[in-house]
Amino acid sequence: MLNLKTFAAAFLLVPLALMAAPAHAALRVFACEPEWAALSQELGGDLVQVSSATTALQDPHQIQAKPSLIAAVRNADLVVCTGAELEIGWLPRLLQQSGNSKVQPGLPGNLAAADFVRKLEVPTVLDRSQGDVHAAGNPHIQTDPRNIAVVAPVLAARMQQLDAANATQYAQRQASFSQRWQHSMGRWAAQAAPLKGASVVSQHKAFAYLYDWLGLKEIAVLEPKPGIEPTPSHLQEVLATLKAQPARMVIYAAYQDPRASEWLSANSHLPAVRLPFTVGGSDAAKDLFGLFDDTVARLTAAAAPK
Amino acid sequence: MRNLFSAGLAVALATTPLAAAADTASDIQALRQEMEAIRANYEQRLQVLEQRLKAAEAAAQATAASVAAAPPAPVGPATGTGGGANAFNPEISLILSGLYTRTSRDPANYSLSGFHLPQAAEAGPGTRGFSLSESELGFSASIDPWLRGSAAISIAPDNTVSVEEAFVQTTGLGNGLTLKAGRFFSGIGYLNEQHAHTWDFVDAPLAYQAFLGNQFGDDGLQLRWLAPTDLFLELGAELGRGRPFPGGDDSRNGAGAAALYGHVGGDLGTSSSWRAGLSALNAKATDQTLVFSSAPGSAITNSFSGSTRVWVADFVYKWAPNGNATRTNFKLQGEYLRSRRAGALVADVEGAATAGGYLATQSGWYLQGVYQFMPRWRVGLRTERLDSGTTGFDANPALFDSAGYKPHKNTLMLDFNPSEFSRMRLQLARDYSRNGLPDNQLFLQYQMSLGAHGAHGF
Repeated sequence: MLNLKTFAAAFLLVPLALMAAPAHAALRVFACEPEWAALSQELGGDLVQVSSATTALQDPHQIQAKPSLIAAVRNADLVVCTGAELEIGWLPRLLQQSGNSKVQPGLPGNLAAADFVRKLEVPTVLDRSQGDVHAAGNPHIQTDPRNIAVVAPVLAARMQQLDAANATQYAQRQASFSQRWQHSMGRWAAQAAPLKGASVVSQHKAFAYLYDWLGLKEIAVLEPKPGIEPTPSHLQEVLATLKAQPARMVIYAAYQDPRASEWLSANSHLPAVRLPFTVGGSDAAKDLFGLFDDTVARLTAAAAPK
Repeated sequence: MRNLFSAGLAVALATTPLAAAADTASDIQALRQEMEAIRANYEQRLQVLEQRLKAAEAAAQATAASVAAAPPAPVGPATGTGGGANAFNPEISLILSGLYTRTSRDPANYSLSGFHLPQAAEAGPGTRGFSLSESELGFSASIDPWLRGSAAISIAPDNTVSVEEAFVQTTGLGNGLTLKAGRFFSGIGYLNEQHAHTWDFVDAPLAYQAFLGNQFGDDGLQLRWLAPTDLFLELGAELGRGRPFPGGDDSRNGAGAAALYGHVGGDLGTSSSWRAGLSALNAKATDQTLVFSSAPGSAITNSFSGSTRVWVADFVYKWAPNGNATRTNFKLQGEYLRSRRAGALVADVEGAATAGGYLATQSGWYLQGVYQFMPRWRVGLRTERLDSGTTGFDANPALFDSAGYKPHKNTLMLDFNPSEFSRMRLQLARDYSRNGLPDNQLFLQYQMSLGAHGAHGF
């Protein structure tokens, strides 16, 4: 039988042993979503050590405050998340349990990207009868590259603030990134120009910012209310809507169950387009540039006349 | 603009003394030609200027569109639109829950054969028929940059209000340290810290009912330390009053209960994660009233004074394809509890009142799996067993001998979750708590969450 004295002694020895562990030199960044991990990596390069709490195949609304994430927040110098209540079900718990005073909300070590961009679909009525609505507006801001362009200098400024010794390098990397990003945005806009005004159906209200950027029109959503799984009766309604108001494609994100979109595609002969949604959501979406290269390529391919 | 300029020019010319120039027609003709030339010149320059202005405007629009349709918002979330004093109200949440219970044996004579239970124990299936389960009102908010406060007020179906939790907690200590003070559910074990509305079954496992009075929530202090490692390693220590069972809620200057625990956890690939822990709880009690029954219908009331140590070993394993739990996921959890109570006992206080030394070592475990087989639907199975172990009472050794009876129970659960905020559950159990008298139990339950979106633990 385990002895209480041995147990108590272990309590004192374990912390002492771990205190001797070597300190990390790099700025440790905990990103809630892969897009912010990718942006941190672009801006920080070798100066940062980045981890992402979620992958592109996970629903960022539905993550659990699992032990590995608590440990990662405990050791972070900077927490970069979307905000706008996207992570409300798990991030507050991680921050509380981490015992890390540097990354609490309101401190330089905590950055919510959505605080810095103009938000779409801000609800006028807040009531859960409307589904899992976000009071601050639609949180999926990363689907518009213009938002990435806005967040990049803010994030770089935070890195400079937290790691002042390397401030010049962060500034240089940011300037380089922003220049390449502006150039790429011009290319994407040109490639996607034929899509302007096209009507589309989405599975979840995940692409408001993408549509705003490319001028797409969302005429129906497969989820009856945000966060509520598509139901057969609602899918029939969408099908009826499409008869009166045709669309070009049905769009879903890599992390979503494709069955609802596939059902609609089979019954309406619209192409179902699986968008990467974030970095890692497809083989081509290896980084932020690949994410939009692939997104635009998939959209234009689906819209091309056959 | 052009017309305005010509008019201005004409006025300027008109006010100029022209008397001398009006001499001959040729002079006038020359002047006209000169004016035409000036006008043409200015018109050309104006056109150039207008073109440049248009170009500049277009460029400005293009920049605005490409950089952001998004002027940077002021730093910090601007969601508290209302402002005023109410903007600082805490997050408020309300849990509503109701229950229908059907049992084949009367819950009024429920007993856990071979075990001492505290007199007002919440053990057993509760009342039959329709009932309100606990309604819980939760408040939480930051107090200042260094502290956070939280309270959970529970309203029982019999209209009694109790403080389930009310604590303040540091957010600014750093170095992985968190200090908590007030009333809170202890961090021992796995299930203990979770509120009842987040449990996967209607009731607590038998081992929790027998050794922790359902759930151990004390008044006191808690210090937790999280190691600076990639592996999750958390150590916790608590000192408290010893208010609930197995403590005796005694008036004493020192601590009536103390707990130590450690938890480790991590991921196995992207699909699985786990946590395991070991905890020890020490509690003191003086003249604690306990009810013992070796078999149904043979309850005797005793008074215990002494100390209790409960060891808890726990683990939980969760799986979801690619870590995406939306469609399917699985959770396996189990805990083993071992309790040792040593001290003095007065047996049958209402009758013979025999005093003697008492030493009881008992144990129990449960193992449960919950599988979400499609969105919204989950099925769960729990199996559990208690071992009444050895109960030594030197004044009357045979009194607490339950002939090695091992209460056990199997429970099946099916729940439907229309949304993240609502749940309906059907639970069936065959309960062998009473020696020789199995009880078939059926529960229908709803649990709803209103208000602030709570963040749940692992």
